[in-house]
Amino acid sequence: MNIIDVLIEQSPALIIAIPLLGAFLMPLVSRINSTLRNIFGLLVLCLTGFFVGILASDVLANGPRLYIFGAKDLAVPMVRILFEVDSMSIFMALITMVLAFIALIYSWSFMKDHDGLDKYYTLVLLLITSTFGMELTGDIFNFFVFLEISCIASCALIAFWISEGEALEAAFKYIVVSAIGALFVLFAIGMLYAQYNALNIATLANVLKYTFLDKIILVLLLVVLGMKAGLVPMHMWLPDSYGRAPPSVTLIIIGATLASFYGVLRVIFTLYGNVLSTTMRFSIPLNVLVGWILITLAIISIIVGVAMALVQSDFMRLIGFSAVTEVGYMFLAIGAGIAALGTPYATTALQGGILHLLNDALDIGLLFLVAGAVYYTTKKRSLDDTSGLARNMKYTTVFFVIGFLAVAGMPPLNGFASKFLIYESVYQLNPILSIVAILCSILMLAVFVKVFYAVFMGPELPAFKNVTEAPRSMLLAMGLVAALAIFIGLFPNLVIDALVKPAADALLNHAQYIGTVVGGI
Amino acid sequence: MIEYIPFIAVVTMIFIGLYAVLFRRNLIKIVIGISIIESGVNLFLITLGYREGGVAPIFTSLPPGTTYPAGMVLPVPQALTLTSIVIGVAVLALMLSLVMHIYRKYGTLDVRKIRRLKE
Repeated sequence: MNIIDVLIEQSPALIIAIPLLGAFLMPLVSRINSTLRNIFGLLVLCLTGFFVGILASDVLANGPRLYIFGAKDLAVPMVRILFEVDSMSIFMALITMVLAFIALIYSWSFMKDHDGLDKYYTLVLLLITSTFGMELTGDIFNFFVFLEISCIASCALIAFWISEGEALEAAFKYIVVSAIGALFVLFAIGMLYAQYNALNIATLANVLKYTFLDKIILVLLLVVLGMKAGLVPMHMWLPDSYGRAPPSVTLIIIGATLASFYGVLRVIFTLYGNVLSTTMRFSIPLNVLVGWILITLAIISIIVGVAMALVQSDFMRLIGFSAVTEVGYMFLAIGAGIAALGTPYATTALQGGILHLLNDALDIGLLFLVAGAVYYTTKKRSLDDTSGLARNMKYTTVFFVIGFLAVAGMPPLNGFASKFLIYESVYQLNPILSIVAILCSILMLAVFVKVFYAVFMGPELPAFKNVTEAPRSMLLAMGLVAALAIFIGLFPNLVIDALVKPAADALLNHAQYIGTVVGGI
Repeated sequence: MIEYIPFIAVVTMIFIGLYAVLFRRNLIKIVIGISIIESGVNLFLITLGYREGGVAPIFTSLPPGTTYPAGMVLPVPQALTLTSIVIGVAVLALMLSLVMHIYRKYGTLDVRKIRRLKE
């Protein structure tokens, strides 16, 4: 057994352990030197990225991988925690990795003038750890623990600019919503344990009987995880916290939100995978019911997000509402995928939804980075106070144009690739859904054209005569995201074939996920 | 009937907590509400862990006549509860510190007066 095999075998644990250790070493390193602290943060991420990379190459080639904390003999019950990594988990981990890396590069200049950066970097690394944990774990109680860690770390990061009352408000709203949500997840986990005497997702999925309690559990888990993913009508915390968190960490908070979205996928496709086709009352199968509920909420999210974005005057809050719209598109795609489970276009819809996950993170992330750059140079949040910035901030303007065209789904960019897959497949389920989705996408363009004129075009204000371009590390971060957006837009097939198709197959083929743990089914 | 009493208590506590969170206007009372929900959920887990005639799984102090391992209780719910209590303390501390800062900033704990983020 050579060294690479050993490293791959240990990598699920190391992906969690390295950033966790880095987080607690950070206050010590910060005492030495601030440059050293930034380099240390990037080094920790590089090392984690290396393990994510080798694990990804192995999982994509050889199928799901198991990592056992505790008793190695699977016949002994309950005395272990399993990490199970399949193509879907590793796809999410890669997204988190990219977002974290870009956020840390961006933070280098953006947070330079602030105090308390040792705590900032500690919290950032903790949030990254918890996001990885939620994505890689195969144990539902472990999922809850990482959900709570991510809730605590993101709340503290949202309130990082503690001198602003609004940041405190947003953070309090966020923690109330997520604390109650997480407690109901724990309640659902308790009910699962009481019935089946197991906490492992694969074991539970194998024995799930779909009793009355299981219906309650499904509702609790979907409501809470949907809320944490930002689905209307439980979206109210999302624009507040995205709008008030430092824009450098919004990217990582987007990653944590997407991990909750991943939780929704895992619950529906794996935990309830065996019983999805169970017929309910009035001979409606469960998958059709869940699918149409998700589609309805998704359409409402899309409309509410765009409509609220139109009337906002705060730049970052506006992007927060457009993030709600993007979440709506993802839920629309997976809702269609579930409702029409088994048909060819359901698979296309699922692939579109999973690709949109990546694109949403990149596009919304890019817009937040641009908003952060504008805030960094002008110290203004409101669209009414800024004007004519394109004269002095040429690169930022270019990145903004790329970002908003991508969010609106314009052809050469990545948003188009995934939205087109979604329109195409949803159209076959019901044409009206597709029409609403396209119309809202056009409205989104209108929203951002308004922003473009308010912030970058128009007369030059005397106060901004001497503003300069954003610092180099921020430009580098924005450039990286923009390059990724253009690359995925030009060659969507490369990404779909390499990452998205295996992820969608892993979700649909839940027997493989269960079989890796239980064996012989 | 008697064995259902803990579950009734669990549901009552969760609803009292939800009532406090939804209808009370004071931030501290909202935090107390969340704390009550948490206690309810913890009580639920502990109730699940109770086995009649079970023995605590301490290998060195097993009462005579207990078979190993069938006579011992699997301590998973207790472990879950401990984890949940620790997490709960962290969340509670964070919430109270936020409340403290909000009071310093706004001079009030009334949610109706702390609403700048509303459009």
